[in-house]
Amino acid sequence: MSAISRDDVAHLASLARIELTEQELNDYAGQLDVILTAVASISEVAADDIPPTTHAVPVVNVFRDDVVTPSLNRDSVLDHAPAAEDGRFRVPRILDEE
Amino acid sequence: MSDLIHASAVELATQIANKTVSAVEVTQAHLERIAEVDGRVNAFLHVDTDGALEQARAVDHAVASGQALSALAGVPLALKDVLTQTGVPTTAGSKILEGWRPPYDATVVERLRDAGVVILGKTNMDEFAMGSSTENSAYGPTHNPWDLERIPGGSSGGSAAAVSAYEAPLAIGTDTGGSIRQPAAVTGIVGAKPTYGAVSRYGLVAFSSSLDQAGPFARTVVDTALLHSVIAGHDPRDSTSIKEAVPDVVGAAKSADVSKMRIGVVRELSGEGYQPGVQARFDEAVELLRAQGAEIVEISCPSFTYALGAYYLIAPSECSSNLARFDAMRFGLRTDDNGELSAEDVMRHTRAAGFGPEVKRRIILGTYALSSGYYDAYYGQAQKVRTLITRDFEAAWASVDVLISPTTPTEPFRIGERVNDPVAMYKADLCTLPSSLYGGPAISVPIGLGDENLPVGLQVMAPVMADDQVYRVAGAVEKALAQQWGGLLLDQAVAL
Repeated sequence: MSAISRDDVAHLASLARIELTEQELNDYAGQLDVILTAVASISEVAADDIPPTTHAVPVVNVFRDDVVTPSLNRDSVLDHAPAAEDGRFRVPRILDEE
Repeated sequence: MSDLIHASAVELATQIANKTVSAVEVTQAHLERIAEVDGRVNAFLHVDTDGALEQARAVDHAVASGQALSALAGVPLALKDVLTQTGVPTTAGSKILEGWRPPYDATVVERLRDAGVVILGKTNMDEFAMGSSTENSAYGPTHNPWDLERIPGGSSGGSAAAVSAYEAPLAIGTDTGGSIRQPAAVTGIVGAKPTYGAVSRYGLVAFSSSLDQAGPFARTVVDTALLHSVIAGHDPRDSTSIKEAVPDVVGAAKSADVSKMRIGVVRELSGEGYQPGVQARFDEAVELLRAQGAEIVEISCPSFTYALGAYYLIAPSECSSNLARFDAMRFGLRTDDNGELSAEDVMRHTRAAGFGPEVKRRIILGTYALSSGYYDAYYGQAQKVRTLITRDFEAAWASVDVLISPTTPTEPFRIGERVNDPVAMYKADLCTLPSSLYGGPAISVPIGLGDENLPVGLQVMAPVMADDQVYRVAGAVEKALAQQWGGLLLDQAVAL
C-alpha cells in the first residue's frame, strides 16, 4: 500500500474529469494518504479463497417484455438541459477543429 | 395548534379520519412551526407550502366523501432532498444540481402520495449523502435541536432534525453506511434502515448503489413501522428490488414482545473509543431487555473490525462511477461554456465548481481504488472482507435472533470539530457499517442521555428480510423506558 503523491492526485483528477487547484492537489494528497492508511488494515485479512461480494442480495438480470411503454416527455427533459437546440441537447465541441 | 405538532403520526391520522381536525389544519400547524424554528435548525432546503396544502386538501376531500383512508393519510412528512419529486427542486445537497426540478417522482414519493402522506418539503443533507454530520451540504449545516452548536448526524441530518424539532412527525432518509440510524441516535428519535432491496431506489440519486437504501424516521417505533410499511415493497423499476412480501413490521412494533428472544451483544462494538455514557446507557438497555424475558448472549464478530476499511473503499469506488453522470451535458450545472472550451474541459470546470470537497475527495479515492494495479489490493480485497462480514452475521443467526450495539460510539460532536479530519468523521459510522455491508435491516431507538446530556441510541440488527424483528426489540425498549421516563426521550429536550 504505497503513499500517494501530489502527481498521483493530479492524474486521478484528470481521469475523474475534475479540475483541481494547486491547494486541493496538496490537501488531497495528504488526506488520501491518511485515509488509505486507515483502511489498510483490510489487507491483513487472509482472503485468497474468499469470493467477493458485489451486492447485499443476489442480483440477477431482470428482463421485461420487449414492448413500448410510456417514457418521459422530450420537452420536459430538455427543459432541464444546460442548453438545447432543435429538440436536442446542445453540447460544447467534442472534436478539435482543423 | 401546538398539540398538533407534538402529536404522533398515529394520533394525527386518527384525528383527521374522525374529523376532529382537518389535514389542512395539521399541515398549517407544521408549516408555522417550520417558519418559527427552521431559521435556527436549517433542516429544510425547500418548503413546498402550496404543494403540501394541496395534498392536505385532497385528504380532507377524501375524508368528507367517506373514502377509505390509509393509516397515515393527512400526516405531514419531511423528504430527504436525495429523492426526486416532480417539479420540486432536488439538489442532493449539491451545487451541481441547484435549480433542477426533476420531471418524475421517485417510487417512494409515489407511494407516499398514494397513502395520502403530505410532503412538506425537502431536507438538508451531506452532499450526495457523503458524510456523517450534514456539514458537507453546499447549503450550510443543519443544527441539532438538542444543542444548536452540535451536529444532527448525517447524511440524513435534515430529516432527523425536522422530526426532533417537531417540524414534521415523519421523515424519509437514506442510509448507505448509517445515514439514517446515526442521525436518529444523536437527535433522540427512531430511524430504520430496511433490508437492502426492500424499498425501491428508483428516483433516489445514487451514491453507492450496492448499499443505498431509503427508510423511515419518526418519534415513536410504531410511527416508524407504519411509514416503513408504506414505502416498502417490490418495484419492477428497480432491478435490485426484492420480490417478497414486506414483513409485518407494524404488528411487531405493537407487540414489543421479546420474551423467548435470543439477543446477541456484539463484543467488537464496544470498548476503546466508546464514550462511558454511551456504554452505560447501552448496558442498562441490555438489562431492560433481559428483564423482559430475552436471553442475552455475547457474540463475537471478528470481521466487523474491518468494516470501516471495506466501506471506505467500496462506497467511494461506487460513487466515483455513479457521479460520472454529472457531466454538464444533459441536466444540472454547466460552467465556462464560452464557445472556446471543449466538452471535456467544460466537464472538468463544471465538476470542479459543482462538487464540494468531500465529494471530490471520495471520487478521487474511488478512482484510485478502482485503477489498474490497485484494484485487487483495494476494491477487490474490500469485497472479500464484505463476504467475511456477511459470514459473521450468518454465523450469529445460528445462535441469536438479533444483534445489538450502541448506534454511535459517541454523543454528537460540535459543528466544525471534525471537518478537517476525514478519518475521525468516518468513525461516527463504526457501529452502523457492518449491517450496511451485509444488507440486513437495522434500527436505532433512543435509550437515554450520555455524559454530555445528549441523546444515545441502541442499534438492533436482524437477518435479511427479518425487519419485523428489529421493530419488536425497539418497541420493547421504548415501552420499558417510557414507563421510567413517563414519555419519550425527546420530552427531555429543551424547547426551541
